[in-house]
Amino acid sequence: MNTLAEATFDSPEIAYGRLYPLLIIFGVAIVGVLVEAFLPRRQRYTAQLVLSLGGLVASLVGVVLVARDLPSHNDGASLGSIEAMGAIAVDGPSLFIWGALLVLSFISVLLFAERQLEGGVTAFAGQAAALPGTEAERQASSQGVEHTEVFPLMMFAIGGMMLFPASNDLLTMFVALEVLSLPLYLLCGLARRRRLISQEAALKYFLLGAFSSAFFLYGTALIYGFAGSVQLADISAAVSARVGSSTLLLTGMGLLAVGLLFKVGAAPFHAWTPDVYQGAPTAVTAFMSACTKIAAFGALLRVFYVGLGSARWDWQPMMWAIAGLTMAIGSVIAITQTDIKRMLAYSSIAHAGFIITGLVGVQQGVNAAEAEITSLQSILFYLVAYGFASIGAFAVVTLVRDAGGETTHLSRWAGLGREAPIVAGVFAFFLLAFAGIPLTSGFTGKWAVFTSAWSGGAWPLVLLAVLMSVVAAFFYVRVIVIMFFSDPVGDGPTVAVPSILTTVTITVGATMTLVLGVMPQPVLDLARQAGEFIR
Amino acid sequence: MSVTPFLVLSALLFSIGAIGVLVRRNAIVVFMCVELMLNASNLAFVAFARQHGNLDGQIAAFFVMVVAAAEVVVGLAIIMTIFRTRRSASVDDASLLKY
Repeated sequence: MNTLAEATFDSPEIAYGRLYPLLIIFGVAIVGVLVEAFLPRRQRYTAQLVLSLGGLVASLVGVVLVARDLPSHNDGASLGSIEAMGAIAVDGPSLFIWGALLVLSFISVLLFAERQLEGGVTAFAGQAAALPGTEAERQASSQGVEHTEVFPLMMFAIGGMMLFPASNDLLTMFVALEVLSLPLYLLCGLARRRRLISQEAALKYFLLGAFSSAFFLYGTALIYGFAGSVQLADISAAVSARVGSSTLLLTGMGLLAVGLLFKVGAAPFHAWTPDVYQGAPTAVTAFMSACTKIAAFGALLRVFYVGLGSARWDWQPMMWAIAGLTMAIGSVIAITQTDIKRMLAYSSIAHAGFIITGLVGVQQGVNAAEAEITSLQSILFYLVAYGFASIGAFAVVTLVRDAGGETTHLSRWAGLGREAPIVAGVFAFFLLAFAGIPLTSGFTGKWAVFTSAWSGGAWPLVLLAVLMSVVAAFFYVRVIVIMFFSDPVGDGPTVAVPSILTTVTITVGATMTLVLGVMPQPVLDLARQAGEFIR
Repeated sequence: MSVTPFLVLSALLFSIGAIGVLVRRNAIVVFMCVELMLNASNLAFVAFARQHGNLDGQIAAFFVMVVAAAEVVVGLAIIMTIFRTRRSASVDDASLLKY
């Protein structure tokens, strides 16, 4: 009791000079809420769009400025600093992830803002509170009402995503996890068309997400019981010294892993992914598939490399099993899918497995030769490559439509190559990138991750991963065959002409997928400069 | 005073919550079970704070309460919407998305 009474509260010191990219995003989100409250309905869309895009650009400029001026940490061993009383680590990997998130969010905002495809309104429910199929809903849609709240919700989610991998203690990480998840649950339920499955996706995502974050939290509590602190550096020290009870450590580690692996969509915690990806509005799916994955992998890497790095021999077998299971389940079940969004969801599960392969082969900077990149850096590169291809692919999915809106059943995609050769060609290119064909970003990403895993000693897993890539290539190629070499059923699909917004998204996605495949060196160099996590 | 009884209670509450999420059918009850799991974590945090003699765990409990309140807002909104659409809050009825 005495020790508690002596503890004092220090007023926190916030280094605004290093944290402002994060604060800009949260600030924009709050201003967005005010815009909803005070601007007339007609001006909100433009105001929100300008505000969001402006905030993302300002934050990205901030990230570049902060990255150019990082102090050295631990006698020059690495660059970065730990800010906000030990809560946030602003280091190379954090800044790399921030930059990637901001660029990918920028092109996702453009998808959110697309209005031409639905005839002058966004793809989000006109009035979410109106029941599907009622007079109130018809009235809202005939008046062209739309929910511009999606923009502030998205900005809150981006803020949470930036905070999540940069958190330097488990409590901040838990708060960031919720800040990124709660807006996403809502966004999933806001589709304009097919509202029943959209609401169902939101319910499933919410219940399973809340369940998994409870596991994360209990894991945090047990690790706190083990180490006496939630700071990653203190946990690392306690793990090295093996002071506390190892039961607490192992149980806590397992529960933490459940929470984090749920967010990355790794088996056996992947069950939500196909349902949510299929039911959510496609723009939200695009955003989630790229950005949530980056943020969650950043956090997973930080917890397991920085906090629990000394307990590597305890968690490595678990990660081996999960990596193998994830890519096998993702690749094999995707073969039987008949819905394009569901198939892409299983493909994203398979990719999570490939990325965890890189995490298993722990290749640290000290052991790596001059030209090699560490597992952290290869994973960062893979995430960026996958993010651009994924957003691009889902953006193409929004274009293929029939009378009822987007048509995602695979049989309706037959003959798309004749109807719209360019759109089908671009989609085929994204699929080839997912499959990892040379000259696409997918190949470079897989190469980087697999070589670092191989030199880290995880060669059986790399062999399995290569095998699973072959299985995965089968269903990607099957879609290409359906698009180009089969006859359309009935009228066949129509490909809507999008406005400049979606066009920019698809173009950027395709260009980056090609550039990262042909000349990956600049981004690989950037990932190498990001260095390692600071402790 | 030993903190072990509190930790045992917290583990029990957490398990009851986790089992409840898996076996109950009503979305509201499932959600209440999740809240029970969060509160079990709070109890563990506070018990460990006493054991280690520092305040981190108690502060964590406050943060968790705030987060849980925010989660309730979002969760009940989603459950309400689906209840009004389907006239049912059973998680078994929401089964359009499968395979």
